[in-house]
Amino acid sequence: MAKAHQKIQELSWEPQYHEPVAQYGTDYTFEKSQKKDPLKQVLRSYFPMQEEKDHRVYGASDGAIRGNMFRQVQERWLEWQKLFLSIIPLPEVSAARAMPLLFRTVPNPELHNGQAIQMIDEVRHSTIQQNLKRLYMNNYIDPAGFNNSLRNFHNDYCGTIGRQFAEGFITGDAITAASIYLTIVAETAFTNTLFVAMPAEAAANGDYLLPTVFHSVQSDESRHISNGYATLLMALADEGNHQLLERDLRYAWWNNHRVVDAAIGTFIEYGTKDRRKDRESYAEMWRRWIYDDYYRSYLVPLEKYGLVIPHDLIEEAWNQIWNKGYVHEVAQFFATGWLANYWRIDPMTDTDFEWFEYKYPGWYDKYGKWWENYNRLSTPNGHHPIVAENVDYVYPHRCWTCMVPCLVREDMVIDEIDGQVRTYCHEMCRWTDVEAFRPTYQGRSTPNMGKLIGNREWETLYHGWNWADVVSDMGYVRDDGKTMVAQPHLNLDDPKKMWTLDHLRKMGPVLSPNVILNEMTPEERVAFKADYNRQGPAGRPAPVDA
Amino acid sequence: MTTGRDLPKPHFTDAEAGAQEFPDSTARRFNYYTPQKRKQTHYEDVTVEVQPDPRHYLAQGWLYGFSDGRGGYPLDWTALKAWGSDRPEPKRYPGSGGKGYDWPATGWHEFRDPNEEWELTFYRYNSNVVRQLNQNIDAARQSKAFEQWNRNWVTFVERHLGAWMHVDHGLGLYLFANANRRAPTNMHNNAISVNSMHRIRAAQDLALYNLTLSEEVPDFDGAAHIETWNSDPAWQGVRKVAEQLTGIDDWCEAIFAANVIFEPLVGELFRSGLVQQAAPRNGDFVTPTVIGAEEYDYAERDLRYTTAMFVLLTNDREFADHNKALLQQWLSTWVPRAIDAARTLQPIWSQPDSKPPRFEDGLDRAKSRFSGILSDLGLETPKELAQ
Repeated sequence: MAKAHQKIQELSWEPQYHEPVAQYGTDYTFEKSQKKDPLKQVLRSYFPMQEEKDHRVYGASDGAIRGNMFRQVQERWLEWQKLFLSIIPLPEVSAARAMPLLFRTVPNPELHNGQAIQMIDEVRHSTIQQNLKRLYMNNYIDPAGFNNSLRNFHNDYCGTIGRQFAEGFITGDAITAASIYLTIVAETAFTNTLFVAMPAEAAANGDYLLPTVFHSVQSDESRHISNGYATLLMALADEGNHQLLERDLRYAWWNNHRVVDAAIGTFIEYGTKDRRKDRESYAEMWRRWIYDDYYRSYLVPLEKYGLVIPHDLIEEAWNQIWNKGYVHEVAQFFATGWLANYWRIDPMTDTDFEWFEYKYPGWYDKYGKWWENYNRLSTPNGHHPIVAENVDYVYPHRCWTCMVPCLVREDMVIDEIDGQVRTYCHEMCRWTDVEAFRPTYQGRSTPNMGKLIGNREWETLYHGWNWADVVSDMGYVRDDGKTMVAQPHLNLDDPKKMWTLDHLRKMGPVLSPNVILNEMTPEERVAFKADYNRQGPAGRPAPVDA
Repeated sequence: MTTGRDLPKPHFTDAEAGAQEFPDSTARRFNYYTPQKRKQTHYEDVTVEVQPDPRHYLAQGWLYGFSDGRGGYPLDWTALKAWGSDRPEPKRYPGSGGKGYDWPATGWHEFRDPNEEWELTFYRYNSNVVRQLNQNIDAARQSKAFEQWNRNWVTFVERHLGAWMHVDHGLGLYLFANANRRAPTNMHNNAISVNSMHRIRAAQDLALYNLTLSEEVPDFDGAAHIETWNSDPAWQGVRKVAEQLTGIDDWCEAIFAANVIFEPLVGELFRSGLVQQAAPRNGDFVTPTVIGAEEYDYAERDLRYTTAMFVLLTNDREFADHNKALLQQWLSTWVPRAIDAARTLQPIWSQPDSKPPRFEDGLDRAKSRFSGILSDLGLETPKELAQ
């Protein structure tokens, strides 16, 4: 095989007559030098290897159906898969689309073979995951939410949180996107929680297909990590890149933390029925997979090559998860807004409370009461969905950058940029929008840096709308034309327990926090911010001054 | 029983399909797209709509852009148009709601790869190819088949067959893999990425075959293909046009020029018109099986999706004329380049001891095949073909 790999190196050639098209730019500079293909993969062995992996995956799929796996699957778990499996095929295929960004910008043809193999791996991941979702839709009790999966993902605010983990790979500065954000941070750090920690939780909830598919996927990811590493070492060789590397590592780390920890943390902590005391919490998994394996074993050793490691942000991400309840705040928000989603969210029980208190001491004092209210309000009984009831929860503003709401209230910052007053969940997200994603960075021209675009606040699109019209507009309605896809409980046996558009019709309109913020006078905004920063935890209103 | 181990316990939840009846309990198909035929296919289910479009469902639009503020997959990355392309993206603003145009919003979403490629089909197909090739080459080695080759044929294979691997590799990476970032739907980009891997695999098939020959055939110069590709005048026409193909910005033009023009007029001419014909006459029954795999990739798979892709555009209900005019222009530009490349390659027809059919006859057959492809697409044979 070594000889075969050596031989295929002869395939590379430099153009003599016409240059290949240059469609993507970077502000990084690379010295052209002889490099080694980090993947060392020859297609003669690659295809049969992947086919064998497929045999195992599809064999397990057959086994799951024949063995009636769905008689043992926890609905609480599978419901969250409606969100996860609507998101993940796009990041996968976007990683495939990202590979050409590196062809011209990293001028070492030896690396391109590995990038092409990564491209087709990612097509594999995207379609194998779509196939898993299709299997769930066909065999799980409640197909709603799987059956309109990709429409849902494209028009739901949760989709915008997930899409950063895809669009960030394929736009902007080619190296920032396809190398630092995609391979150095997303794949090397966060696929551990996505594809290793989460499948373990699936198995504990009776679902052994998710581990089958995602471990197969992860076996490819480990090869992709070497693609990123090779490019990173080349970038480090030029001192002029160090400032950009520092910027991109800070942005990519923080954004991945905000987005991935929000979603996967919620799935693992609030989507499980496994409340054994010695099963790892998300915080414990994070400490192992991300802090120890990624940060200490992978990133820190790169410091000697001149890479400026964002030690402060690694610690701050941990601080958010451990001290500021980031995952709990996000899960609470998802549950607050259950009616704008396309899956059912099971209330927490005493067993869950006990486990949370054991793993996160002080949890009950912060979140317990609210989850009791969620349980109380979960079936329609003359009241509104929880978002419109008084449960000591202030509907949050949205972060302009990561699009997760500003849930750790004390960290919320405001800035006025491009003619608009924006809220950010943390100073780092403000920095990302106002400083990093700009054509100059610390006085240096960065003409290739990308831009944050789009209508970044879901609520704004529906400002002034009745909730029933919002849910109809998004299409989250079942085939009787009135029962909602989403429900704040798992009961399917009694139609009276299921929320319908008629219930929503009685609610007040959706109001966009950002529209209201921009209508305030500067003085009102100062007061608003001061109040917001005093809110929480668990979204509680600011304490009334004595 | 082992003590001290705390394991998750199975619970019977009865969460399988059909356990209860309720709204949507039988709604078990993806409802966000319209299938091409009556029934949704497995291929469509795993492919369609994975890549979003702000014209229909993507309510908040693309979130990350290039430095010019454009995100996603701009339609004007090709000059060709599918119906609906000229309608502006739906405007979203405070209180606008999230709805766009009804699905599919543009004709681009009507494309389906007739090969129905997704990961399962793709790995099966390519694994079969590499396994069969390995077996063919092994069998030939064990039966000492290479000993039958005459010296001139050995030279032909080491130089000219070897040179073709560079075409495959260059187009596979810098044209096809490159184009997988450019098209507006997942169906296009997946088909293009599969095409890319066919070419890269074919390049490696030739390189590894070359390695075997270096080990099996005395005096076989395993590096001669590099020199041939770099400086043999007969190959410089092919090289020029291959490089020029990788320089195309418009993704449709790139696929069209490569698969509709270059492949029939140069690729098939070389593979089927020369190598396949000359090899058996010179005692070689192995090379045709190697090059035949690539020929099948192109003729039965890659041309098939390409034809389906462009037939939609030449029959588009809104832009058929616009598209045909542009495709005719591309024909006028690329046909002469391909014909030049083919003619520059002509001297190698005379190099084997036992001669293949005449170059002109091969070129005539290639032109006739090419005209047939154009006719399938509803395009006219350009006058430049007469060159």
